[in-house]
Amino acid sequence: MNVTGLIRMGDNTLVLGQRLSEWCGHAPALEEDIALANTALDLIGQTQHWLDLAGKREGQGRTADTFAYTRDAWDFRNLLLVEQPNRDFAVTMIRQFLFDTWHLEALRALIDHADPDISAIAQKSAKEVTYHRERSTDIVIALGDGTEESRDRMQGALDRLWPYVGEMFAQDDDDLTDMSALRQGFDLYVTETLFKSTLTRPNSDFAHHGGKTGTRHSEHLGHLLATMQVLPRNYPDATW
Amino acid sequence: MYAQMIKSETSQDDPEKLAAFQARIDAGDKIEPKDWMPSGYRKTLIRQIGQHAHSEIVGQLPEGNWITRAPTLERKAILLAKVQDEAGHGLYLYCAAETLGVSRDELTEMLLDGRMKYSSIFNYPTLTWADMGAVGWLVDGAAIMNQVPLQRTSYGPYARAMVRICKEESFHQRQGFDIMMKMAKGTEAQKRMAQDALNRFWYPSLMMFGPSDAESVHSEQSMAWKIKMNSNDELRQKFVDQTVSQAEYLGLTVPDENLKWNEDKGGYDFSQPDWSEFFEVLKGNGPCSTERIEARQKAWDDGAWVREARMAHAAKKRSAKVAAE
Repeated sequence: MNVTGLIRMGDNTLVLGQRLSEWCGHAPALEEDIALANTALDLIGQTQHWLDLAGKREGQGRTADTFAYTRDAWDFRNLLLVEQPNRDFAVTMIRQFLFDTWHLEALRALIDHADPDISAIAQKSAKEVTYHRERSTDIVIALGDGTEESRDRMQGALDRLWPYVGEMFAQDDDDLTDMSALRQGFDLYVTETLFKSTLTRPNSDFAHHGGKTGTRHSEHLGHLLATMQVLPRNYPDATW
Repeated sequence: MYAQMIKSETSQDDPEKLAAFQARIDAGDKIEPKDWMPSGYRKTLIRQIGQHAHSEIVGQLPEGNWITRAPTLERKAILLAKVQDEAGHGLYLYCAAETLGVSRDELTEMLLDGRMKYSSIFNYPTLTWADMGAVGWLVDGAAIMNQVPLQRTSYGPYARAMVRICKEESFHQRQGFDIMMKMAKGTEAQKRMAQDALNRFWYPSLMMFGPSDAESVHSEQSMAWKIKMNSNDELRQKFVDQTVSQAEYLGLTVPDENLKWNEDKGGYDFSQPDWSEFFEVLKGNGPCSTERIEARQKAWDDGAWVREARMAHAAKKRSAKVAAE
């Protein structure tokens, strides 16, 4: 059983859920605050499913919490995209839109996975992520086609994060499904949404790599983990 | 109790109308947005519901402070759900206030420029994980004391918002107590955190009910209008009586040397909080007062372009629809 593939799915949702929860109490409007917390909550729930399954299949007694709280950055297998800082609402929502679009394609493919546990998690998650993508799509369209300032900010965010798209489709044997096969669906959806939002798809398809393989994360992940893991690290004997 | 020191307004309305209005309230009628109401009733309610809504929103901050550091995924999920509920409570309450003719944006501006307040309790810092327990157990516990009777308040939209809020608050209080249980029965360090949290949050929680009614000239009118259902002292006593036995169960010590069961009154005697501290906090001198408003101001300012863009986009969509027709 390929445990790394499960860890990749769980680390993506964990790291992005953690990032989104940083917004709590600071969003541009109450409705956004609620929606960001709700998305974070879904992603943390999905993390528990993916990483618990990884622990079971690995058979060494690790749980979702052990994976989340006791590994250091180099053992994380999330995409570089999700560890990128929130910066402003434009960066946060472009990151969300790109991730949601990939995530939904990946989950739809995993619903047909031969392993019934993987298929079940994918099925449950896909329902939630359908809504996440609907929401981030609406925001990308509204803020792209909003004011001049909002368009500039959204285009800037898209240009900034586009180099993290390629890694999502870089296929290797550890993946649970053929990630490269998802690119077409992703491109179709993104192109259509960008058209509606009046945003321009960046020309270069240059891609940063190193997150899903763990070979070279960004500097940001270490700080995110330092915050997230502080209590279990400081008080290893405690149960909470 | 997220509304403190609400100044009630007197009304200069027609005495006959006022008497008829009071008769409706006395008969247990609910007042609805389109009904006639005294201007004082309207103003007092806006102040009270607004302060309550602001408290829910500012109250996200001390708990949000620990979401990113929650020690397990389960705790993180529960805390996220709780803080999300609080934002939802803020939303219902702002909607209830809007039925009285004030917009959410106006209320927000009044919060940011200091014309409106939020509960004093949220000016205190959350310093350890046990504070997430103490906030749920004590702060939500105190809030419930006040909010349960407010489900019967005379203003319909407020009463209905309170019904929804109370359901969620009791879950919040239980999760807070559950955190305290784990901490109080945990390692030495955890016990120390639990006791420290109780020490720091006990008196600020008692302050949530506001100063003694004997000193309040506003309570009487609000009680006649049924927008305040119980006296501050009555609710504070009830809170102490309920909480002391819970602290004993946890093996924690309430930081009050004068705390003593009084057989005659069937309740505890206890020390009053330092009311001069309370008034300082209301004036903006709480330990976190500056940071709390600064955080809300920053969210408001940083979010301006998003709100403007959404309005602009909605307007474009509307005009496109009109053009298509």
